[in-house]
Amino acid sequence: MDTVPSDNAVTAPSLPWRRVRRSRYVADRVLKIVCTLFTILGASVLGWILLMLLVEGVGGLSLAVFTETTPGPGTEGGGIANAIVGSLILTLLGIVVATPIGVLAGTYLAEYGRTSKLATAIRFVNDILLAAPSILIGLFVYLLMVEPMGAYSGWAGGVALAIIAVPVIVRSTEDMLRLVPGSLREAGAALGAPMATVIVKISWKAARAGMVTGVILATARIAGETAPLLFTALNNSFWFSPNLMGGVSNLPVTIYQFALAPYQNWRELAWAGALIITLSILALSVAARLLLRKDKAR
Amino acid sequence: MAVVSDKASMSNLQMVRRRASPAFDQGFRWAAYGSALIVLAVLTGIIGTMAYGGWPAFQKFGFGFITSSAWNVGKEQYGAWVAVSGTLTSALIALVIGVPVSIGIAVFLTQLCPPWLRHPVSTVIELLAAVPSIIYGMWGLFVFAPLFARYVQVPLSNLVEGMPILGTVLYARVPSGVGMLTAGIILAIMIIPFIASITRDILDQIPTVLRESAYGIGCTTWEVVRYVLLPQAGVSIIGAVMLGLGRALGETMAVTFVIGNANRLSLSLFDPSSTIASRIANEFNEASGMQMNALLALGCILFIVTFVVLALARLLIARVKTH
Repeated sequence: MDTVPSDNAVTAPSLPWRRVRRSRYVADRVLKIVCTLFTILGASVLGWILLMLLVEGVGGLSLAVFTETTPGPGTEGGGIANAIVGSLILTLLGIVVATPIGVLAGTYLAEYGRTSKLATAIRFVNDILLAAPSILIGLFVYLLMVEPMGAYSGWAGGVALAIIAVPVIVRSTEDMLRLVPGSLREAGAALGAPMATVIVKISWKAARAGMVTGVILATARIAGETAPLLFTALNNSFWFSPNLMGGVSNLPVTIYQFALAPYQNWRELAWAGALIITLSILALSVAARLLLRKDKAR
Repeated sequence: MAVVSDKASMSNLQMVRRRASPAFDQGFRWAAYGSALIVLAVLTGIIGTMAYGGWPAFQKFGFGFITSSAWNVGKEQYGAWVAVSGTLTSALIALVIGVPVSIGIAVFLTQLCPPWLRHPVSTVIELLAAVPSIIYGMWGLFVFAPLFARYVQVPLSNLVEGMPILGTVLYARVPSGVGMLTAGIILAIMIIPFIASITRDILDQIPTVLRESAYGIGCTTWEVVRYVLLPQAGVSIIGAVMLGLGRALGETMAVTFVIGNANRLSLSLFDPSSTIASRIANEFNEASGMQMNALLALGCILFIVTFVVLALARLLIARVKTH
């Protein structure tokens, strides 16, 4: 008993279980069964959702889905080509804006700021942003960009998505850089390399796989976001203008509007879109995990 | 790591050293510093714009804005209470259902699961967090709600009809499947991966020797979990729960699909209601004038509540870090 370093652990002998053997057995069994059931329940929800998407979505998939634009009210057929392309552009825009900021801020926390007060504060703020309601980020960008510019735009949508992606990238970059052994940095410094060079050529290189994983996970995170786009990129049933001003069609908002619509073809397109977006995001998430695992194995 | 020690990058490094100018070194430092400040600026920007935009509503309605349940666009009467109580109730239901399930999953993954199954099951649970919120909304509305109405709401409403308290709380006037309880259940599913994976990491960090000592004196798995692991993990698990709560409070799309978006206060968990986030999602694009100010004021309230909850979560969770 003395070897147990915690007070909490030593309380066991005073418990009634020494006398009641059967209840111990039952409690143990109940715990095991309940925990197993909960896990099966959690996993089967994922299976159920995928099954639903396959059953409802595969029927709606056709070539037209990828080539035609979103249909107007009461018109037949149509596709979601403009929404797919719009989503790709918005996601790309978000990640292109977020990656340099996120990587540099994460680098600041891990390499420059470390335990300073400012770094601690930023780490704290970043953790809040990581879980902040995405709809409020939409409101913020609306007031920041849409209202002053007088129009919804793809730029505003991209910025809203970037704000969601940045904290994900900051966190993963910092975590990965912290795993790089200090001796590597010292070796670089001993060769006379300035700090920035040590970071770029040694720390980043050693942490590369983890940092790329962070960016992929951030992409997966923003690709399905609907709420921040509602007030920024809005939506559009046509091909958007090349300068991305005005509403830019995108998959999440199209799904949101079409799923609740009274038209059969709209609902079918919503299911097809939901299938496409979910499979893409799950594939990205799995790919990111595999990348990290492969790197660890090496 | 092998990358750095190979000859190519070493010579590469030396070349860079010869070329590297102090300007690059300084510039890089400032770029990193600036980016870090952007993170800070975004958070202050969000709270600032919410407060600024919501200020006219707070000023006009005063403290009554929070306690009033009126929301009348025509009469320009706005009160936050229906949305605030809807947000709190749905998040509370999510915790009541989600927390035991999450801890159960974490215990299964760390204590009961055979090693070969651990990684795949962990991944599946984590992927639940990757599914977009709107997909949960569609699943909730088109798959879960009809089943819920048929097999839970209707039988339960028949059972409790006329009973004192239960007859109000669990009675569905219109058993459509959408409403407060459905929203809470969907939210529970959505926060399970977050709470479960953090709890799993916390349980993993507890020194194995503690567990082994307990098993050594003859404890059963239940006793190890109840009297060794949970007390050890203690406060950190509350932190994980707070993080889940933060997520549940601000969740928008899934809730908008299944809560029914009603504007009145109801005591029944089966009745439609709305949350702050769902109301903003529904009304903001068509809003102007005082309605927009009122919605921004709602956003401000939501931000303050989630900020406090997430800050508590952050303080309670000892961050999983390798130094």
